[in-house]
Amino acid sequence: MIKLNMIKTWFKSGTPWVWLNAAGVSLCLIMVIAVLGLVVVRGVGHFWPSKVMQLSYQEDSGGLKTIFGEQVDRSVTPALMAKASGHKMAEGEDTLVQYLIKTGNRDVTGTDFRWVVERNIQKRDYPIDMMVVERREWGNFYGQLVAVKENGKIIASGNAAWPAALERLAIALAIFDEIVHLEKKEIGAVNYGLERLRLKQKSLQLKNRWDAEAEKEVASEKASYEAQYSQYQKQLGLLYQKARRDSLVAKIDDGSEQEIALSKIVKIYQPNTMTLFDRIGYFCSKVTEFLTDDPRESNTEGGIFPAIFGTIMMVIMMSIIVTPFGVIAAVYLREYAKQGFITRLIRIAVNNLAGVPSIVYGVFGLGFFVYILGGNIDQLFFPEASPAPVYGTPGLLWASITLALLTLPVVIVSTEEGLSRIPKSIREGSLALGATKFETLWLTVLPMASPAMMTGLILAVARAAGEVAPLMLVGVVKLAPTLPLDGNAPFLHLDRKFMHLGFHIYDVGFQSPNVEAARPLVYATSLLLVVVILGLNLSAIIIRNRLREKYRALEG
Amino acid sequence: MEKSSSQYYQQWRLIKNAIARYGVIAGGMGVIVAVVMIFFYLLYVVFPLFLPATTSAVHAYDLPEKAAGKTLLLEMEEQNEVAARFTDNGQVIFFDTATGKTILNSTVAIPQGSRITSFSQGSPINEGAVIYGLSDGRVVIVKHQYKVTYPNNVRLITPSLEYPLGNQPLVLDESGASLELISAQVGNDATTIVAKTATSIHLTSFEKEQSLFADEATLNRIDATLSLPADGVANLLVDKEGRNLYVVGNSGRLAFYDISDKSNPALKQAQNVVEKGQKITSIAFLNGDLSLMIGDSSGLVSQWTMVRDNLNRPAMQKIRAFKVSDKPIIAIKGEQRRKGFLIIDTGGNIGIYHSTAEKELIKEHVTDTLSFVALAPRANALLMQSGDDKVHFWQVANEHPEVSFKSLWQEVWYESYPKPDYIWQSSASNNDFEPKYSLIPLVFGTLKAAFYAMLVAMPLALMAAIYTAYFMAPSMRQVVKPAIEIMGALPTVILGFLAGLWLAPFIEEHLAGLFSFILLVPIVIMLFAYAWQFLPKTILEKIPEGWDSAVLIPVIILGGWFALTVSVPFEAWLFHGNLRDWFKTELGIDYDQRNALVVGIAMGFAVIPTIFSIAEDAIFSVPKHLTVGSLALGATPWQTMSKIVILTASPGIFSAVMIGFGRAVGETMIVLMATGNTPVMDLSLFQGMRTLAANIAVEMPESEVDSTHYRILFLAALVLFAFTFVFNTLAEVIRQRLREKYSSL
Repeated sequence: MIKLNMIKTWFKSGTPWVWLNAAGVSLCLIMVIAVLGLVVVRGVGHFWPSKVMQLSYQEDSGGLKTIFGEQVDRSVTPALMAKASGHKMAEGEDTLVQYLIKTGNRDVTGTDFRWVVERNIQKRDYPIDMMVVERREWGNFYGQLVAVKENGKIIASGNAAWPAALERLAIALAIFDEIVHLEKKEIGAVNYGLERLRLKQKSLQLKNRWDAEAEKEVASEKASYEAQYSQYQKQLGLLYQKARRDSLVAKIDDGSEQEIALSKIVKIYQPNTMTLFDRIGYFCSKVTEFLTDDPRESNTEGGIFPAIFGTIMMVIMMSIIVTPFGVIAAVYLREYAKQGFITRLIRIAVNNLAGVPSIVYGVFGLGFFVYILGGNIDQLFFPEASPAPVYGTPGLLWASITLALLTLPVVIVSTEEGLSRIPKSIREGSLALGATKFETLWLTVLPMASPAMMTGLILAVARAAGEVAPLMLVGVVKLAPTLPLDGNAPFLHLDRKFMHLGFHIYDVGFQSPNVEAARPLVYATSLLLVVVILGLNLSAIIIRNRLREKYRALEG
Repeated sequence: MEKSSSQYYQQWRLIKNAIARYGVIAGGMGVIVAVVMIFFYLLYVVFPLFLPATTSAVHAYDLPEKAAGKTLLLEMEEQNEVAARFTDNGQVIFFDTATGKTILNSTVAIPQGSRITSFSQGSPINEGAVIYGLSDGRVVIVKHQYKVTYPNNVRLITPSLEYPLGNQPLVLDESGASLELISAQVGNDATTIVAKTATSIHLTSFEKEQSLFADEATLNRIDATLSLPADGVANLLVDKEGRNLYVVGNSGRLAFYDISDKSNPALKQAQNVVEKGQKITSIAFLNGDLSLMIGDSSGLVSQWTMVRDNLNRPAMQKIRAFKVSDKPIIAIKGEQRRKGFLIIDTGGNIGIYHSTAEKELIKEHVTDTLSFVALAPRANALLMQSGDDKVHFWQVANEHPEVSFKSLWQEVWYESYPKPDYIWQSSASNNDFEPKYSLIPLVFGTLKAAFYAMLVAMPLALMAAIYTAYFMAPSMRQVVKPAIEIMGALPTVILGFLAGLWLAPFIEEHLAGLFSFILLVPIVIMLFAYAWQFLPKTILEKIPEGWDSAVLIPVIILGGWFALTVSVPFEAWLFHGNLRDWFKTELGIDYDQRNALVVGIAMGFAVIPTIFSIAEDAIFSVPKHLTVGSLALGATPWQTMSKIVILTASPGIFSAVMIGFGRAVGETMIVLMATGNTPVMDLSLFQGMRTLAANIAVEMPESEVDSTHYRILFLAALVLFAFTFVFNTLAEVIRQRLREKYSSL
């Protein structure tokens, strides 16, 4: 009875509700930490070399099979549920334990992954000669190295094979780099030049200035490009021949031997013999590759350099556009406007800009910037390119402007806050010394508010880097053949489409043909994006806090 | 000199000041301009959807080559430059639509000694085939074709006739009986001809069989005969697939036969399709040949389509009717690319309608009598022959007939559907497709997603805000507030990715665990809180006040783990081991992996920081003297909170919730990735949805500029814009009021 009373008064005092509210905070914090933890663990895991095991596996059909592969996932299913979904369960077994094994060798087996049941695993060991081959096509290869071949003849086998393979692979990779350089840089430049010539010719024809002289000039330029091209082609032919020379032979889990040309290999390693240092080295090289390489195999392997580059380019362009506008609007609100109806209206407008769904900006950007502005620019300045659009199609410029509009409120709000913290005495002092309002603003107020502008800009950049929905409409593509900045005049190509980290996550995670194989890469990309965005946000918070301290000191 | 330069300098300073002033004012106004411009641009794109269709009379001239016979059919080509008049003595007069001048007068190869006794357009109409039935039981099939060339950069259209089945007439009736009525489906590989003689209906099909070695194709012929219906035959129609044959009786009876098996036509259904006493005066297919438009002598045009009845038998069903006038309908012409149609009646009126939108677009009186009409392939021009042998060429501006209030917001009975429904299905691979532009499923999906997100976010965010603003220790608040606000900075694409590829499979596997978490964790927290007060004082004193949240983190994690573990035996015991299966078998609820539950949690996560941040600010800035006074009067902290603080801050909390809701409505990536994006209307927690925003993201890149689809997507964007505009403006006004109130307190 006493106890019941106690509970009653406890409830009456409201303490349980306070606790429940506290639990709300705890749950939010747990969710944030869990999401970040998940991204970090999975993302880092992508780069860490895992051991490759050899399983003796009892198939359900009866035969004994050898399986090579990495363990990717483990699932525990209660017996009843497993039975319901059609698994055979032994008497007295409480749970069904299954492993997801990445078996690779997609070219041979058709799949990358398979589930195995723990109870059917007869033996599990980690042979030291297990080799992982990262290929340019068909995903990873798991096997045991047998021999290295040159022009089809075995030149090393047994223990000598591994060092020989490493040495020859280094040569093959150097050749591959040369090929890529030739194809992308040199031949790319030739193609770009040819296209420009074609446009020049068409433009002259449109202007009725296409005469014999111009024709001769264009023809001679064209001839020189073509000569260059055929020379590159010849070089390429030689390189390809060289690249095809070496190959390695490896035994896979079904006992057969497979031959892989070294030109098709990115990396080989034997994870089971790696020391901790080797692993760290591998980890670092994987991270570097991830950050600096082009994607392979329809974006599911390799690096994400073009996406990083595209994101940075877009963000820089956006910053250049958004900063002046945002700052001017904030200055107007704080320094020029009389607080009243108009400022209220502007504040409502700013809040609306912040609250309008980002996809609406995308729709607006596509309709207004791309089709109306871009279409008109094409008609006025690029008649020779028609019917192919130059600016009348989604591209970097329009994406940047659209995102500038989207992040405008962020800059305004932050700058305004900074301006509002600058003590009145400073402005009055400056005016009293005879400075005009503009001089006060330009020489005193704005420099003092610059950290606040910086904060706003950082927050805007963080927002823009993570925004995907509008970009899908105004310029992002899954695979851009060229970067928006390259060695061909005029170097910065604002009309080009670009790749973007956020869109990369969406595209690879949801639109790629092999989602399971691509997932680690998506986690790694997410990790990068999260790190960048959290870093930006934290630095903005730190700058803002410092600023507050500073002004507090000023006021005091 | 020095002085004047200083004067200039002073002047320059003032000018700079003035320039800066106007520049800054312009910049400030620019923000308003931007918002207004977005709104008006969206409106500008959407507006043409609601413009009425118009016609304008352009040319009128005498009927070309009157001597060539009576008109059987008028047709126009794609560019509306050349028209063709088919006459009853086998001539085809191609003429210029602007002047009526004859361009070419060709004669169809009608054999000597036979007369044209029947005539019809072949199906599909856009292939341009016509068929002549002759008095000796033979038929001739002709196609009118137009070749476009550009000599000297000027478009030149050259008409010609072609015989797809050879220019020798085909014998349909061996006995040589005259063909009184005829209809045909003319395809590349197969041609089906139906003809009525005095005694029976012939069904003959020709299949081209390409032999492997010879270039020449041989014609494979199948014959069948149908008996004449009791009330005679007024008209025959074969659809473009050659699969259904419609026989119109004189008394208003429509019978349809399944002729997929050409040797064995089967009567599927026969019924009266007009009011008693009325007659079918005209009948035509709507584009796609899935529905028939039937015009009767009372001026009514009804649309009949084939639906499956409850025994899964095909049956003709009337789905809507248009009352055109009181005069009998003379002709109905279906548009070739849309579900619109044109009619003329005996009163000399024309009308243009759209079936899906149930909309009358044009109704005009042309002359006293009209006898023939041609509708351009792009449905942007008309050619009419009036009773006084004049030809009228009209232009039609009718860009977006598909859109009406009904087709966007109300139930529509679509072709081949058993009942009216709300459906969004905007595009398909071919022209025949009936676009289904009901925005209701999308709005429903949007609200459903936002509702579940708010269900997750609102309690959590508000609870967290209340605790953080009022109970939490300041040192902890300094960390917690930015930590939760940083949640809001996480890109939604990452949340969507985690929701779709990690959370969705996780919930699918641990559904029971999730429910037990929701049930058990609050109980665990309560028990813990109750037990807390009995802890020895020494421990309690070590933990400063306002750190309850930190203490609760391990409790919740342990409680959650406990709930997950406990759920397994419970699931086995109560739900036969699998809650999902139990839902399906016992309650009939289907489980979709990417469902509203997943979206609710993921989008809730995204919305929490928005609501939290604004609500926390509102609660935190409640003037201190109010709370201190309440506490001094002996109220407990919770009583102060619930009776004073929340009430004072309630406008701010309300605006926080509204802004959060606005954000949930417009969120794109999470919904795009965490649902199946199927536009279903189902409130179930375990079904997906498609939202307006996700729909735009999915369909906009493929939408043709300025098409109806494009404009409707803009309309969806405008709806989103308007919706969030109202919510944000309201929230902002409330907040401004609140700020004033606080400052006055």
